[in-house]
Amino acid sequence: MSWEVVIGLEIHVQLNTVSKLFSGSKLSTGAEPNTQASLVDLGMPGTLPVVNKEAVRKAALFGLAINADICRHSVFERKNYFYPDLPKGYQTTQLAEPIVGAGIVEIQLESGEKKNVRIHHAHLEEDAGKSLHEDFHGMTGIDLNRAGTPLIEVVTEPDMSNAEEAVAFARKLHAIVTSIGICDGDMSQGNMRFDVNVSIRKPGDELGTRTETKNLNSFRFMEKAIALEVERQIDVLEDGGKIVQETRLYNGDTHTARSMRSKEDANDYRYFPCPDLLPVAITDADLEELKAAMPELPNARKARFIDDYQLSEYDADLLSGSVATATFFEAVSKAGGDAKLAANWVMGEMAARLNAEEKAISDSPVSAEQLGQLIARLKDGTISSKIAKQVFEACWAGEGDPDAIIEAKGLKQMSDSGELEKIVDDIIANNAPQVDDYRNSDDAKKKKKIGFFVGQAMKATQGKANPQQLNQLLQKKLQ
Amino acid sequence: MAIDSKVVAQVAHLARLKVDEADSAALSDRLNDILAMVDQLQQADVADVAPMAHPLDVTQPLREDEVSEPNVRDKALDIAPAAEDGCFLVPRVIE
Repeated sequence: MSWEVVIGLEIHVQLNTVSKLFSGSKLSTGAEPNTQASLVDLGMPGTLPVVNKEAVRKAALFGLAINADICRHSVFERKNYFYPDLPKGYQTTQLAEPIVGAGIVEIQLESGEKKNVRIHHAHLEEDAGKSLHEDFHGMTGIDLNRAGTPLIEVVTEPDMSNAEEAVAFARKLHAIVTSIGICDGDMSQGNMRFDVNVSIRKPGDELGTRTETKNLNSFRFMEKAIALEVERQIDVLEDGGKIVQETRLYNGDTHTARSMRSKEDANDYRYFPCPDLLPVAITDADLEELKAAMPELPNARKARFIDDYQLSEYDADLLSGSVATATFFEAVSKAGGDAKLAANWVMGEMAARLNAEEKAISDSPVSAEQLGQLIARLKDGTISSKIAKQVFEACWAGEGDPDAIIEAKGLKQMSDSGELEKIVDDIIANNAPQVDDYRNSDDAKKKKKIGFFVGQAMKATQGKANPQQLNQLLQKKLQ
Repeated sequence: MAIDSKVVAQVAHLARLKVDEADSAALSDRLNDILAMVDQLQQADVADVAPMAHPLDVTQPLREDEVSEPNVRDKALDIAPAAEDGCFLVPRVIE
């Protein structure tokens, strides 16, 4: 009998506020170490935290986006442990009364099947600083710029049963938090970090012992780390061993994982309500205001793409998955006047080039307006789709707008039938054997053999002949 | 729950306090006294009372999301036992 996999996720989502959760320190990446760590962040005696209104607002907005109950009096607690990058000796977080209660996120799998993943809760908390182990000759350097950064930790129920579902959920969550504008969603900067809880069992059995693989910061690593851990657990159990509850670290470069610390020596965090902070109130009026300001959610956007642009469910799903892609697509579609072509180009040529150069769509060298212009020229017959790719490449390389490139390189499709006719006549005159061969073939073979003449004509016109026009002309002349 | 010297040692470890074994028995007694008092509180009937996170009946004032703190790195690093390249230095920690 095969094994059943049970997966639950904890996701740290970094809120994109201007300042920190409990202090007026600037929140930004790339600053010199410790230049954005105030006395509050440093845990200096005598300082007091003051809660950032925008962080509370963004956390509540997330709650509304997943149809969760919002806690009207959420409570901050202290989670006590000692670590050099946690200067206060405790992390200010939430436990018993988190700001966001139970909610639901719907995911769609490749098969088209839909599934609900229940959210247990989401709470507001501060991030810790960073420990730097290199370049400090055997010591550890501590940079507290990140200390106090507002996070929401989203905790799911163990509702996912394979890596595909977990990744689909992660992507959906990414789409939601970026759509509602509470997180920048840059995975490479650690804007979203995933902890994956995995256990296996025989169908019908009670839940098995789980392990937690921490701090995965890409969808691909997450998928691979889950596969690796499931394989490991099956091996252990089938060899008669036992799964130890532990935290594991996955190394994406080597595709290996190791145990970080055993939970046998379980941390005792001695949570208690933070005496420095009062309960955070959210009123009906606050919620009404948030609901009114709720940006378009991924599911609504997808439905709109299907309705407004007649896209397939698959295309609509891909294009609505991130705000950046959705915005780009809509701009291309508007500028080019053809949604289907816009969808094909954004998901095809564009996505392939972005992937190859590991660029985000927001950093694309070809702007939405330029791609739209290219599509307009394709649509009005100025260029063929083959030439369009050439124009796209030139545009990508920074050679200017498509119109300018078409003009400068003389790429306009030959629309003058007289000129094309002359070229076709020449080809027929110069290739007598092939012409005879063609004329003596049956219809099926003719279809193949006409390719030779098309090739010759394209060569002679440097690809500028209109393929349809050329085909008609050749069929007529070769009869 | 009764506190014995084993629990005292564990709590002391969690709080990074150094407790002499000679003091352990006396500490256990005092902690048990405190727990006995809490036990007495536990007997109160609170079925109709909402849990309280804070004794004041007010809620948290919130701050606008603005940058208001200056860079205090130099002052902070000056009073640290060790610093280098803008970082606080601590004995090596590796997970």
